[in-house]
Amino acid sequence: MKFDDEPLVPGHPLPIRPGHSSPGRLERVLRAGAFAVTAEISPPDSADPNDVYERASLFDGYVDAINATDGSGANCHMSSVGMCALLTRRGYAMVLQVSARDRNRIAIQGDVLGAAAMGVYNILCLTGDGVDVGDHPEAKPVFDVDCMSMLSMVRGMRDDGQFLSGRKLSSPPNVFLGAAANPFAPPFDYRPLRLEKKVTAGAQFVQTQYCYDMDMFRNYMAAVRDAGTHERVFILAGVGPLASARSAEWIRSNVPGIHIPDSVIRRLKGADDQKEEGVRLCVDMINELREVDGVHGVHIMAFRQEHRVGEIVERSGVLGDREPWRPRHDWEELAPPEDEVARN
Amino acid sequence: MYRMRSWSVRNARWLKRAYGGFETLLVWLDPLLRRIGHHRLEKPFVAIEKATKGVLLDSQTCGQCIVGFTGLSCPMNCPKRLRNGPCGGVRADGSCEVNPDMNCVWVLAWQGNKRFRDNGYPIQVVQPAVDYRLIGTSAWLREVRHRTAASGSASHEV
Repeated sequence: MKFDDEPLVPGHPLPIRPGHSSPGRLERVLRAGAFAVTAEISPPDSADPNDVYERASLFDGYVDAINATDGSGANCHMSSVGMCALLTRRGYAMVLQVSARDRNRIAIQGDVLGAAAMGVYNILCLTGDGVDVGDHPEAKPVFDVDCMSMLSMVRGMRDDGQFLSGRKLSSPPNVFLGAAANPFAPPFDYRPLRLEKKVTAGAQFVQTQYCYDMDMFRNYMAAVRDAGTHERVFILAGVGPLASARSAEWIRSNVPGIHIPDSVIRRLKGADDQKEEGVRLCVDMINELREVDGVHGVHIMAFRQEHRVGEIVERSGVLGDREPWRPRHDWEELAPPEDEVARN
Repeated sequence: MYRMRSWSVRNARWLKRAYGGFETLLVWLDPLLRRIGHHRLEKPFVAIEKATKGVLLDSQTCGQCIVGFTGLSCPMNCPKRLRNGPCGGVRADGSCEVNPDMNCVWVLAWQGNKRFRDNGYPIQVVQPAVDYRLIGTSAWLREVRHRTAASGSASHEV
C-alpha cells in the first residue's frame, strides 16, 4: 500500500495527517479502513545486524508493521529498541514492544524518546510475563509501572509534551499507542471492560493473544461492540500456526495466558501432516476473524515458523489486491561505498 | 493464609461503608490529630493499619491505598504489583500466573467490584504508578490531609 506522500528516503516520516497521532504507516493503513496485517519478528540471540535484516525480509510485501518483542516469555534476546533501530533505517514500520517487567519509568521514557527519534512510530505497552517463566528466573522483576500507567505516561509525553514528572519535552514523541488484550483469561466477564480501560488510558490499537477459540472470541467481541469500544480502538486479532498437537498441548500447559481448546488439538491429531494442518488452521482462523464485526486486522505470531508468514497471508487472501509497503532491495546501492565511509 | 483476604472481598460492601464512617470520624477529629502532629502519629497509625488492614486484606502498607477501587483486594499482593487490573497470564482456574497457589488478586478485585457498584465500576479508574517514597507510611493520615485540603470530596481509600 503506497501513499501519495511517501518519503523518498526509506525510514523518513510520512506527513502527519489531521486526526492522526503519528507519521507512521500502520496508523495510516488502519485509519484508511484497510484490514491490517502485522507480524512478530523473532529476535536473534546475536549481535549481528544481518540476522535482523534476514528475519525481517521474510515479511516483505506481506505485513503493514513488524512487532519487535521485548524479552518475550521473560527470555533474553536482542532488545526491541535495537531491532527497531536497525529496521527503521531500511524503512520498515516497527512496533516497539515495551514490557514493564524490565524497566522503570525513567528507562521507559528515555527509550520512548530514543525510539521515536529513530523513526519508531508505534509503541505497544505491555505488562510482561513474570521472570519465573523465563531463562533468568533469578532476575529482579521491575514492574515499576503497569501497562495502564505506562499507556497514560506515554500519552502524556505525546499529548502534553512532558515527562511523568511534569518536566517539558522540547519535541514530543509522535507515536501511535498500542496495548495487548487477552480475551481468553479469567475474569472473562471483565475482559471487555479491561479493553475499555486501556482505551481510556491511551490505547489506540490492541493486538490480542492467540485466538484459537472462536466461540469465546465472538462472545468477547459482542460485549466489546455493545460498549462501542470497537469504534474507539483498532483491534488486531492474534493468530499463529501450531507446529503439532504435542506442541499445542505443551504450549497450553506451560505458556501463561494461551488458551487452546480441545477441538483444535483433535483437529491437529487427526491430520496426516500436523505441521501443514497447523498452517491450514491458521489460514482458516484468519478468514473467520475477518468476518467478525469490529476486528480491524490480524497479528501473526508464527513462533519458529516465521518463514511461513508470507504463505499464510497469501493463502488467506486477506490483503485482497492490496500490497503492503516493502523495502527497496537496491538499498546497498544507495549507501555510499565503504572506502568513502572510511575516508570520512 | 488467603482465607481472610477472600472473606473481606465477599464482605466488601459493608466493610467499605464501615471504613467510610471511620474516615469521616478521623476527618472530624483532625483538629485534634493536627494538635498532636501528624508526624508524631505516623508510627502508631502505621501500626494500627498493619494490625487491621494487614489481617483483613493482607495489606502491604504501600501508603497510597486504593482498595476502595479494587473491591478490597490489595493490589500490592499481585506479584507484578499491577494497580490497574489483571494481566493476561491469569490461569484458567482463576489462580495467579506467578504463584499458582494463590487466587489472582484481580479476579478477587473484580468479584469485590461487582459487590459495590455505584455509578460504574471503581476498578475502571486508571491508577497512577506507585510512588515508592510513600511505602510504609500511613495511608489513613494521608487521606485525612487530602480530604481536609480538598474540603471533603468523596474518598475511596480504606
